[in-house]
Amino acid sequence: MSAESVVPTRRRLRARSSLLARGEPMIWLTGGSILAAMGMIVALLALLVVEGLSALWPRDVIRLRVAGGRTFMGEVTRRETTRGPDGRLRRQTLLRTGNFELTQEHFTWVADEDVESTDRPEWAMVFERVAWGRFYGFPVSFSAPEDGEVSEPGAIWAAICRHLPAVAARRDRRRRIETVEAGELSRRIERARLAVRSAELKSGAGSERYREAVARLEQVEREGAREFAQLRAAIDSLDARNAQYILRLRTADDHEVTLKLADVVRAYPANRLSHAERWRLYAARWREFLAAPPREANSEGGVFPAIFGTVVMTLLMSLAVVPVGVMAALYLREYARPGPWVSVIRISINNLAGVPSIVFGVFGLGFFCYLIGARIDELFFAARLPNPTLGKGGVLWASLTLALLTLPVVIVATEEALAAVPNSMREGSFACGASKWQTIRRIVLPRALPGILTGMILAMARGAGEVAPLMLVGAVKLAPALPVDRSPPFVHPERSFMHLGFHIFDLGFQSQNSEAAKPMVFTTALLLVTIIAVLNLLAVMVRNRLRRKYMSDVF
Amino acid sequence: MSEPRETVAMESLTGQRQPGVAAGRLAAITAGETVATETHAELAGVDAVVEIRGFNLWYGTKQALFDISMRIPRGQVTALVGPSGCGKSTLLRSINRINDLVGNVRTSGDILLNGESIQGRHVDVIELRKRMGMVFQKPNPFPMTIFENVVYPLRIDGVRDRTVLEEVCERSLRAAALWEEVRDRLDDSAMSLSGGQQQRLCIARAIAAEPAVLLMDEPCSALDPIATNKIEELMERLRGEFTIVIVTHNMQQAARTSDFTAFMYLGRLIEYGPTATIFQRPHLPETLDYVTGRFG
Repeated sequence: MSAESVVPTRRRLRARSSLLARGEPMIWLTGGSILAAMGMIVALLALLVVEGLSALWPRDVIRLRVAGGRTFMGEVTRRETTRGPDGRLRRQTLLRTGNFELTQEHFTWVADEDVESTDRPEWAMVFERVAWGRFYGFPVSFSAPEDGEVSEPGAIWAAICRHLPAVAARRDRRRRIETVEAGELSRRIERARLAVRSAELKSGAGSERYREAVARLEQVEREGAREFAQLRAAIDSLDARNAQYILRLRTADDHEVTLKLADVVRAYPANRLSHAERWRLYAARWREFLAAPPREANSEGGVFPAIFGTVVMTLLMSLAVVPVGVMAALYLREYARPGPWVSVIRISINNLAGVPSIVFGVFGLGFFCYLIGARIDELFFAARLPNPTLGKGGVLWASLTLALLTLPVVIVATEEALAAVPNSMREGSFACGASKWQTIRRIVLPRALPGILTGMILAMARGAGEVAPLMLVGAVKLAPALPVDRSPPFVHPERSFMHLGFHIFDLGFQSQNSEAAKPMVFTTALLLVTIIAVLNLLAVMVRNRLRRKYMSDVF
Repeated sequence: MSEPRETVAMESLTGQRQPGVAAGRLAAITAGETVATETHAELAGVDAVVEIRGFNLWYGTKQALFDISMRIPRGQVTALVGPSGCGKSTLLRSINRINDLVGNVRTSGDILLNGESIQGRHVDVIELRKRMGMVFQKPNPFPMTIFENVVYPLRIDGVRDRTVLEEVCERSLRAAALWEEVRDRLDDSAMSLSGGQQQRLCIARAIAAEPAVLLMDEPCSALDPIATNKIEELMERLRGEFTIVIVTHNMQQAARTSDFTAFMYLGRLIEYGPTATIFQRPHLPETLDYVTGRFG
């Protein structure tokens, strides 16, 4: 026997063991899977972050002269290579040209081969307007009642900067009068009208109460007409004052246009901005995005109502789902005698988690809105019928529908948390003479709290990102009022609301001006992801604190 | 249901080992027969806190305890010894009826606490457990502060008076020889204590409500020798003040700490007598075999 056959070489050892027995291929396979998953998630987040953060950045304005003497001016949105009808590759640029009232277009495709010259005019200015989208043009003159007419571009720019805040403040004041104060007034009249109707329903049309209510309504209507006239006068005087600030502009293809400063939200000479000014503008746009209501069919302005609606709905949902879910899990795990029935219930709950969310939406619409809501309307809001109060979609029904949707998540997580509480603790408590409920309340629930919070986190993440059922039970494109505001009774669970997820859908796929809405889609998606991440992070922090408190077991 | 109750005729065997006979009795038990308990005369006239009379217990259809009768003397330490699965923990857990929590348990016979029956539906189990303290095999402090752990039995009784709670906490922790170690951190989580400290905390909790009986289910099996030593010292100090029933696997511990020892085997109580006698001159050869480590 040679030494070689007694002591096998390394090569021979490896050759004899099977590939699967060695283990490395499985490391590659499993590691590769996680890499692929992480890669996709990182790519998605990177897309959201890059597109979302750059959408509000003020870009340079370029002017393109194309063959045939036409001139286009605007911001470059993106470039693209396409194959033309003749089979040649053509590069083309999508230019945001604005000036919708002149061109009937917000965006224009320009083929690169047609471009004769490109430049960045020093005084090309961008105007973000209340309506009609952006305007690109050169300042010709500006007249204000305080300092007359100026026509030099630098002076015009300075005058705009000086007067815009006051003009904008008057515009906001006008809008507040229109919505809040006039709205309050019409609600008062509406209440009086409802009082008449309910007096009629309760006591009959000829009764003393009815006549009183009618008299009261007439009085309120008289007062209301007077106050409306006052509000109208206030609005007119604000309008008249604002109408005196007139801008005259010239577009790139030499149209002269008159613009009221009152219609301008923001104006800047894009190519003259310093770095600091650009950043200030960027910050101002983010502020507007986060704090202001939308303009222009949601494609401009902010998303504050949607943020607010999302948060209110998610909180209401958590309020509804956590107590019910925890109670249900407590019964299943602590009280119910294990057996086939408990198993059936548990399987049903798990299956509930797999039901498509739109089905919950349909159920919510049918059960909450049309059954419960309609009954409540008949009992308590009969005077308003046939206009539904709770018999239609609203933030309350949306929250309850999502609570139903996320109930399985909470129950399963809570059950697992309860099962993880060591039995020795329960026995210790019982041995001290505690009752079942005392043991649950003082020992089991505190110990299970981190796990219960995990369930809540999962439910919130799922609920905040859900869109499909909301379209049926209360999310709308544009809500006239927030579900919580300063008019009594302050919380309005019957109001429909805006939701970030639905907002994304609406911007991306229902918008008339989808090119303009696209950057907003990314920004809104980034915001939604951020909000969910922040909510989760907060809950995780709370959970970890609790876990440190209760779980640092030495064994 | 009940196994056929046949009493094996018992020969009077003292001291000497007679090969074959011991194995015969154990074989009879293994075959499912019931044997009479050898109860020593010293236990005849004692003042019994707990008296167990003809007690049988079934988990489902499996009988775990067979016709146990024993008197647990007041103010003394009684040790239950025997091989694993012999039912000593079950017996201990029957005394405060914590076994009720395990589903599917049936019993027959009776257990008396101070002359009153604690079996049957009419007995208020919660009230009963309040009169018993129990220490478990694995320390089971609750997820709360040290202070709240100790006063837990009072809290569930609805005691809110801070001075009373503080007084009870200090007294119990002193009695459990833990006061000096934790007096400055009563508001820390009980989970931050070491294993031995946690077990003494559990003892402090068990004696906080001044129970009639302190039941200890292998209180040292999860502890290192130093912590074990501390618990044993503690039992020595509690002797006389409390009646203690301790289940243990450790023969030396039983010999060191207890006044009376009961030897159990496969659900039967074989021999019950003063510890010194059980360990030096037991009446039955099986007991001698077990305590000297020849089987089990």
